[in-house]
Amino acid sequence: MSVDVSQSVAPTTETDRVPLVKLEGIRKLFPITQGILFQRKIGNVHAVDGVDLEVYPGETVGLVGETGCGKSTLARVIMRLYNPTEGRISFDGQDITHLKGRELREQRRNMQMIFQDPFASLNPRKTVGSIIAEPFRLHKTVAKDRVKPEVQELMELVGLSPEHYNRFPHEFSGGQRQRIGVARALALRPRLIVCDEPVSALDVSIQAQILNLLEDLQEEFKLTYLFIAHDLAVVKHVSDRVAVMYLGKIVELADGGNLYKNPKHPYTGALLSAVPIADPDLAAQRKRIILEGDVPSPIDPPSGCRFHPRCPNAQFPRCKEEEPVLRQMHPGQVAACHFPLEDRAVLEISE
Amino acid sequence: MTEPLLEVKDLTVHFPTEDGLVKAVDGISFSLEPGETLGVVGESGSGKSVSFLTVMGLIRSDQAVITGEVFFQGQDLLKLPVEEMRNIRGARISMIFQDPMTSLHPYYKVGTQISEAVRTHQKVSKQEAHDQAVEMLRKVGIPKPDERAKQYPHEFSGGMRQRAMIAMALSLNPDLLIADEPTTALDVTVQAQILDLIDRLKQEFNAAVVIITHDLGVVAEHCDTIQVMYAGKAVEFGDRHDIYYGSHHPYTWGLLRSIARLDADSNERLHPIKGLPPSLINVPPGCAFHPRCPYVMDICRTETPALLPSDGHHAAACHLSLADKERILKEEVMSRS
Repeated sequence: MSVDVSQSVAPTTETDRVPLVKLEGIRKLFPITQGILFQRKIGNVHAVDGVDLEVYPGETVGLVGETGCGKSTLARVIMRLYNPTEGRISFDGQDITHLKGRELREQRRNMQMIFQDPFASLNPRKTVGSIIAEPFRLHKTVAKDRVKPEVQELMELVGLSPEHYNRFPHEFSGGQRQRIGVARALALRPRLIVCDEPVSALDVSIQAQILNLLEDLQEEFKLTYLFIAHDLAVVKHVSDRVAVMYLGKIVELADGGNLYKNPKHPYTGALLSAVPIADPDLAAQRKRIILEGDVPSPIDPPSGCRFHPRCPNAQFPRCKEEEPVLRQMHPGQVAACHFPLEDRAVLEISE
Repeated sequence: MTEPLLEVKDLTVHFPTEDGLVKAVDGISFSLEPGETLGVVGESGSGKSVSFLTVMGLIRSDQAVITGEVFFQGQDLLKLPVEEMRNIRGARISMIFQDPMTSLHPYYKVGTQISEAVRTHQKVSKQEAHDQAVEMLRKVGIPKPDERAKQYPHEFSGGMRQRAMIAMALSLNPDLLIADEPTTALDVTVQAQILDLIDRLKQEFNAAVVIITHDLGVVAEHCDTIQVMYAGKAVEFGDRHDIYYGSHHPYTWGLLRSIARLDADSNERLHPIKGLPPSLINVPPGCAFHPRCPYVMDICRTETPALLPSDGHHAAACHLSLADKERILKEEVMSRS
């Protein structure tokens, strides 16, 4: 069954290199206050601390990092669910950093989000039909009498049976609920979908179903994805380019192949060497970089390179004093490190 | 051959509910040698957790219909009185759970919770128990353990909490440690730390370990033998090499092929297992996997395949002929690169 997408498929070949989303110097600080009546600010959580990123139409950019590295905060800043403390967000060339009210709502049509927890992100007291129809009600893009057929078409598109229109979320399994979330995100035919850990709560066999669905939808509707996950194998599978975040900063950005073959930042190397591989012989061959300890607190991030206290290659005093900037390592690969890893430092992947 | 540490014979756990009988575990048998690591792999609702909760004596016959035998060091745990089971649980068999936040008590200090476990089973003074708790925290790699022991669970990160749980589980030097999805809630880097820690402590304490997980990747490096479960039954059992390179069951193939791999070409599509796991109230007749199996035959719809050994130790419950299995394995499952 085909769905009319003519209004949303705007970018054609000649505009392809104009980024759909452009972030410049994005910072998001959350103040920490003390006192009840006279609240004093005693510090800041540096959740996102100076991120530049461009996402081009039709591509999938992966964003990986450990808990607390700021990847979800960055996603919410892009969606304008949080206002950035500093920096500029452009969508298709238009500055959306300070949009408000009606204009912001108009803008949200173009960007939607899929959440991690398929149990918490659906209202348990609403039927699936009304959950998926909610965007239509808010944006009035579809006439009232057309809502039900549109919703059922969406349900079919994401692999749900349209007869289940009147069921409640608790009647569905985790994977099916995530499909409901996908249908809701697709309802307004957005151009960008931000997927925040869309499969990490699902069983492995179901993960593959959802990942394939997302790929099919991307092809059909020319979608652009920002795909957030902590599982590098999943991110590699879906992404054209991958950004690695650590403590609020992007430390490495590369196309998928390069990142996995030749990680340059020791943190990327450590993440790669920690990914479980369902192949005991291959897993035994790879070099392990096991990180000590936890991610430091983003309230008072380490000086210089933020990774230096955990870095196996850190050289002092340079790494402690001088903050590395993103520089080109290979064509299409930038990393922020003074002493980058050699090529093929972690996995010997045969071509 | 040494006497097995744990021997489970034809264990079934059925829960009577208003909707019908839930056959959570439907006849599984396996044994575990001292010092061995067993991986139990399956999707949500395959009965992997319930079977080990039953071994732990945490599901009792007043909640469910339990049949079969669970021999631990020669004793049938299912026949033990509650008090005797309580002496074994925690001291000789202990368990760590998926979510380290909900399995620690938020109101008590971490050190107090560990020393409570010690004092339940050993006649020691509070101070001695506390010292033991601090020593265990040191062994699981928590920095400044004497200060950390005085903190509450909310002051620990996820990985630290899981370490504290492991410290508690190992504080009485058990012979068997059951880890139920120990790393599912954790980041990959922390996951690697925790799995290495379990490996290291297993050597030090010479314990047998069971790792329950839904991810075949997690157990690849850490398990000697692996049992794959589906709809309450074991569908394949074998050593690590059998399962990853010579599997004889379509469900295991499906699990292996649905994993996104670092060494695969990104343009290659994933091969998910079609459909959903069955409801345990209404398990399909014959082979429970047949509605989702791409190689289904007529016999699969009516006859339940037995878990038959195909070569020595390795066993798979599937009606396909050995020649067909070898051919499919070679042509379709292991074909990539």
